[in-house]
Amino acid sequence: MNVPADLRYTQSHEWIKQETDGTLTIGITDHAQEALGDIVFLELPDAGRTVKAGEECAVVESVKAASDIYAPVAGEVVARNDAAIDAPESVNQDAYAAWLFKLKPANAADLAGLLDAAAYEKVAAAS
Amino acid sequence: MIQRTPLYDSHVAAHGKIVNFAGWEMPINYGSQIEEHHAVRQDAGMFDVSHMLGIDLHGSEAQAFLRRLLANDVAKLTVPGKALYSCMLQEDGGVIDDLIVYFFTPTNYRIVVNAGTAEKDLAWMRLQAANFAVSLTPRRDLAMIAVQGPQARERFWTAFPDSRAASEPLGVFQAAAWLIDNTSWLIARTGYTGEDGFEIAVPATQAADVWQKLIAAGIKPAGLGARDTLRLEAGMNLYGQDMDEMQNPLESGLAWTVDMKDTNRDFIGKSALAGRQFNRTFVGLVLLDKGVLRAHQKVVTAHGGGETTSGSFSPTLNQSIAFARVPAGVVPGDTVEVEIRDKLLKAKVVKPPFARNGKPLI
Repeated sequence: MNVPADLRYTQSHEWIKQETDGTLTIGITDHAQEALGDIVFLELPDAGRTVKAGEECAVVESVKAASDIYAPVAGEVVARNDAAIDAPESVNQDAYAAWLFKLKPANAADLAGLLDAAAYEKVAAAS
Repeated sequence: MIQRTPLYDSHVAAHGKIVNFAGWEMPINYGSQIEEHHAVRQDAGMFDVSHMLGIDLHGSEAQAFLRRLLANDVAKLTVPGKALYSCMLQEDGGVIDDLIVYFFTPTNYRIVVNAGTAEKDLAWMRLQAANFAVSLTPRRDLAMIAVQGPQARERFWTAFPDSRAASEPLGVFQAAAWLIDNTSWLIARTGYTGEDGFEIAVPATQAADVWQKLIAAGIKPAGLGARDTLRLEAGMNLYGQDMDEMQNPLESGLAWTVDMKDTNRDFIGKSALAGRQFNRTFVGLVLLDKGVLRAHQKVVTAHGGGETTSGSFSPTLNQSIAFARVPAGVVPGDTVEVEIRDKLLKAKVVKPPFARNGKPLI
């Protein structure tokens, strides 16, 4: 299973990378893209939107089904990946390169509540 | 209890992703559903359809029985091996199942029914058969493989060159028996993809060997996911989704399969359908905005509300398509709106099919 050690994760299969400027880059895990199958459509949040932790803020649609993406922590959306919107299959090709959106967290300490790689591997193995 | 076809181990060996479909452990894909879809449209793919049930009918009143049981009329089958698509209806016109019936002689037919409805169908058929001299024999001893695509027949003949003489003369929707090693295969030029090809029924014990030979001939295994997008593009209904016991064939795009020509023929469901006007129609939708249509989305039209029955992304058109049941005033060319996650997205009404024989049709 491809679960990079330097990322944080959620129970709902998002990955989170903490950038040096304090913003968070968010995508879906390799396990999630594998489960969804061929991804054909992304609906991503606009920059400037404020989200609560656990709020539905994006949708990933595969040929098979639509899947909601949740904000891992509260914050403000500062960017979305338009290149991924134009090429949704890039999420299948490399789920950790094809990020979905970037978030400026309301409270940096909230990150401590996210899963580390070892904990997420257990979540993914059980799902 | 969940069931497995004789090809289950072959699917696992080919890295098939196994899901529960109608009580059967079946491959949804072997990696990429879209690649499998394109393989069938452009070259050759194959599906394990052994979860479906073949039922053999024998008896002096086999034809009379089927003329009563089915909404389409088997009397039009006169050439041995010819096949017909039909619905099997309740008295109230609701659809019990859709099926293919193969004619061999007026006293010998084979019906192939859906997996999820097989037991229900068999019980209904046995009940109706009580007044006819006909016997019903379920054939769980058979495995069925659909080989589909523009190169499907050529690749099949590469794998089984000796079958060519028996199967090359077949017209569309026609089948023939082929005798091999003291067994009989049924080779039918039928399918559920909108492409040329064969559906073959072979003894279950030979299935894994046949599958391997077909792979060696360059035929790509394809899962239920691709089967669904292919049939949707081809404008073919899926039982349980596009029609069921609550819907009649005339409001499900299946009027062409209800044969009222012989006024002396009294098939089950006829009295509920004959001479009645229905206020809903069955159409295709192509999404004009970005997104993906799915089953059970609300459709807003100038003539009132409707609902999608099947929807997905079309790999051939590279946009989203659906079937929908809408008020009868809606016609091809109209623009309607579909509600997706609280947004109304524009869709164009079309007459299915969307794509067949490798090409977009709209």
